[in-house]
Amino acid sequence: MNRIEAVFKDGKAFIPFITAGDPSLDITEQLIYAMESAGADLIELGIPFSDPVAEGIVIQKADERSLAAGTTTDKIFDMVLRVRQNTDIPLAFMSYLNPIFAYGKDRFFKRAVESGIDALIVPDMPFEEKGEILPFCTSYNIDLISFVAPTSKERIAAIAADAQGFLYCISSLGVTGVRSEFSTDIEEMVSLVKATKNIPCAIGFGISTPAHAKKMASFADGVIVGSAIVKIIEQYGTKCVKPVTDYVRQMKAAIL
Amino acid sequence: MEGRFGPYGGQYIPETLMNAVIELENAYKFYKSDTQFQNELNELLINYAGRPSILYFAEKMTKDLGGAKIYLKREDLNHTGSHKINNVLGQVLLAKKMGKTRLIAETGAGQHGVATATVAALMGMECEIYMGKEDTERQALNVFRMELLGAKVHAVTSGTQTLKDAVNETMREWVSRIQDTHYVLGSVMGPHPFPTIVRDFQKIIGKEIKEQLMIKEGKLPDAIIACVGGGSNAIGAFHEFIADTAVQLIGCEAAGLGVDNPKNAATIANGSVGVFHGMKSYFCQDEFGQIAPVYSISAGLDYPGIGPEHAMLSDIGRATYVPVTDDEAVESFEYLSKTEGIIPAIESAHAVAYARKLAPTMESEKIIVINISGRGDKDVAAIARYRGVNIHE
Repeated sequence: MNRIEAVFKDGKAFIPFITAGDPSLDITEQLIYAMESAGADLIELGIPFSDPVAEGIVIQKADERSLAAGTTTDKIFDMVLRVRQNTDIPLAFMSYLNPIFAYGKDRFFKRAVESGIDALIVPDMPFEEKGEILPFCTSYNIDLISFVAPTSKERIAAIAADAQGFLYCISSLGVTGVRSEFSTDIEEMVSLVKATKNIPCAIGFGISTPAHAKKMASFADGVIVGSAIVKIIEQYGTKCVKPVTDYVRQMKAAIL
Repeated sequence: MEGRFGPYGGQYIPETLMNAVIELENAYKFYKSDTQFQNELNELLINYAGRPSILYFAEKMTKDLGGAKIYLKREDLNHTGSHKINNVLGQVLLAKKMGKTRLIAETGAGQHGVATATVAALMGMECEIYMGKEDTERQALNVFRMELLGAKVHAVTSGTQTLKDAVNETMREWVSRIQDTHYVLGSVMGPHPFPTIVRDFQKIIGKEIKEQLMIKEGKLPDAIIACVGGGSNAIGAFHEFIADTAVQLIGCEAAGLGVDNPKNAATIANGSVGVFHGMKSYFCQDEFGQIAPVYSISAGLDYPGIGPEHAMLSDIGRATYVPVTDDEAVESFEYLSKTEGIIPAIESAHAVAYARKLAPTMESEKIIVINISGRGDKDVAAIARYRGVNIHE
């Protein structure tokens, strides 16, 4: 069993997202350990990008803070390598395609594997373009996480059939960011996935409260929370570790 | 493969948008060969946009430069003042057939935004335009024009607050509201099918050049020169001539303060292959793939990428891309105004600048066509500022 399969074997998974290097890579490292201790089952680390078109304002600003602090892909790999000496928590990278492309795909995957990354999420690479990355994921044994969205409809079966690790189910239209209303079809989206393939479904985009998380976890295998956590980091800066830990503990408790 | 230009192009967008671009592609395929659609579009191009645009022999300029004969393709004379109307009429008519009631668009210099707001007014559709805050300041007149036409203009404050950020924000808006909304992309960029659709709606420029020059001179031009940001006016002028390999195709990129200065937007000169804004192409970026904050005096060319078909034409050597600085463009803006009584858009002035270098090196029976993609009224205040004159718009 790889680390990703283990994520979903004991009940519902809580998956926090943070932008690597926001506000510094040192804090990111501390956040990883703290969120693990608070019950996070998998941690999604964003590689900051200058122009993250799928992100709302909260994560856009996190990317800006991280880049302004001098974060680079190399420094992120170094940080992950350090983390891996201290924990086995499953780790996924979230990166737009261009930073991977610019780094050199083979070089990127080589370093990802060496530093212990388990999965890769690429928000600007749909099913039709996965040939860019999939061969590398396969040869380096890193799960390529696919998305389904409320607009995917008849595309769901094909996406699900080829899915690896888990499926990232987008809760509603729009970019990332805290919201109070969600698509009414999420449950149906999850069941369409399951009808094709028995693969874990984690729901993300907009989830911020324990009540949201509980509701989503009632029909999915996990919930992904990004902007709500990044907002805490924005608010508390270098003092964010404790409030983020408290938040993660509360969210995990809600889906148990 | 469909939607690819050699290795470039593709559909690198969030899953949420995939069905929207597939729906657009299917609709386009259907209406492309639909006689009624083509008739309606033709009618609009002739009686609303004022096509065909004239091909003008610039006799004074030709004499002054003392080399090749120079013709100007006057896209600046189209309704709304640029080539942008060609694409907008096509896309909005298509959107209407698809049942869309709301249009969103990015704009740099404001020409595409104005064209979109205009056609939205004509067809009774809702319209929202995204424009970098910096551009709303250097092109204030166009902001008011769009509002006058009934559009809502959003000043984009993220990133560099210019064209690339306007595209980011329009994409984000489209992901949020797809059902009733069409994204009228303004250049030959973005995910498939946009580079193909926009090129098809712009290739009328080159078709007309060919016909008009055949009547006037009985032959093909030796060179066609156009400015390139995303590259829609250039591909429109080039496309008809791609198979005519004797015709030199030259795209002029904005070199800002110079190709060796960080403040430039010359993508072919300085960029490398990457994936951004839905397409694989050349982009100005750093070693880690962060998109560079580019610069040009011209808001319309102030873009860190180039359309995928241009990337391919450059790779295979069919078209050449040359950098032109702010200084050269401004000087040519003034030159064309004084020599021919034609004030070109600062974007188009980049093409004029290169023509002024090339023409004297060619023999007098050779012919250069410069695509004057837009008119320069919108730039007068910015050029005055550049020359140290502060005029109130």
